[in-house]
Amino acid sequence: MVLPARRQNRKESRPAMSEIEKTIPIEVLRYRPEQDTEPVLQTFQVPFTDDMSVLQGLQYIKDYLDGSLSFRWSCRMAICGSCGMMVNGIPSLSCKTFLSDYYPAGLRIEALAHFPIERDLVIVMDDFIEKLESIKPYIIPKTPRALSEGEYLQTPAERDVYEQFSSCINCMLCYAACPQYGLNSKFVGPGIMALLHRYNMDSRDGGAEQRMELVHSEDGVFNCTAVGYCSEVCPKHVDPGNAVNINKTESAKDYFLRFVMPKGSNSGAAK
Amino acid sequence: MSANLKRSNAPIFWLLFGAGGMLSALLGPMLVFITGIAIPLGLILSPDAMSYAHMQAFAHHWLGAGFVWVIVSLFLWHAGHRIFHSLHDIGIHAGTTAKLICYGIPLVATIVAARAALVSLT
Repeated sequence: MVLPARRQNRKESRPAMSEIEKTIPIEVLRYRPEQDTEPVLQTFQVPFTDDMSVLQGLQYIKDYLDGSLSFRWSCRMAICGSCGMMVNGIPSLSCKTFLSDYYPAGLRIEALAHFPIERDLVIVMDDFIEKLESIKPYIIPKTPRALSEGEYLQTPAERDVYEQFSSCINCMLCYAACPQYGLNSKFVGPGIMALLHRYNMDSRDGGAEQRMELVHSEDGVFNCTAVGYCSEVCPKHVDPGNAVNINKTESAKDYFLRFVMPKGSNSGAAK
Repeated sequence: MSANLKRSNAPIFWLLFGAGGMLSALLGPMLVFITGIAIPLGLILSPDAMSYAHMQAFAHHWLGAGFVWVIVSLFLWHAGHRIFHSLHDIGIHAGTTAKLICYGIPLVATIVAARAALVSLT
């Protein structure tokens, strides 16, 4: 039996938590509405190994130190976008950030900036979800298509135009990074603009005109002051700042040319 | 959320800001060097290059007059827009007053500079 033997080896090379000597102080922003009138910091001493993520540090606190600590997480591998939080003031996925990088000074974990706190590190994301729904984040066919017509065909070149923007995992780090969203949460914001652009640029899609109304509006792209921090913090290398910039140009073009261009040819996009 | 879908008039100011920003990035440092360093110190250019007679001749040519008008007005549109947004960033939320001041000054300057340019040509 090969497997049990390998397991045995792994056990030997990896000490149990109780045998680990290195500990790191983790400051966590707590907010328990039933007892706290405002968020307060609480420090935990957490034993850790070099391969432990910040998320695993929080899971250690929840399992062994304080079971009441609340935070969102799911996949542990930067796919699901649930575990976004501020790590030393920087919007980060806690599963993709490692405790050893903060040793020995320790680190401070807070709920994502610019969102209301529901409890501890859990934020209220209603605003983001409503915006996401409002841009119709799905392919809207140009003309009704019967099943018998078969699948849509798309060339690699047509795919390349939007592929980068389709990597968004809705983690909202860009919203926590955006100073303009922090000042005015009515601003459509970076992540939603990246997704809106992703669908507008898709050769199979015909919904650009419906989506551009929001882009052109008072809550649209012109609230952005080109800070660019959104693109810097994105864990999936999406460039929402670029999506916003392209749409500023598109929106400005449409503003001046809408009366001379035939309807439908200009409102959306550099296809 | 209930988005305010009223069409924004920002493209007008954004384009003037963008044009002014492009010009100031390309020409600003050169103008500072010529007018502020090279001519007063007599470097490269002769101190006489910006004498009254020379500058008057420059402004009396339609190209020179146009250059002065474009530089003065677009630089100011750029600065006004930048200040308008910076005020918002430091917590002075842009109301009608801020908008009137930040965009009013460039507007007035554009009209005055245009008139001056036209007068110098006639």
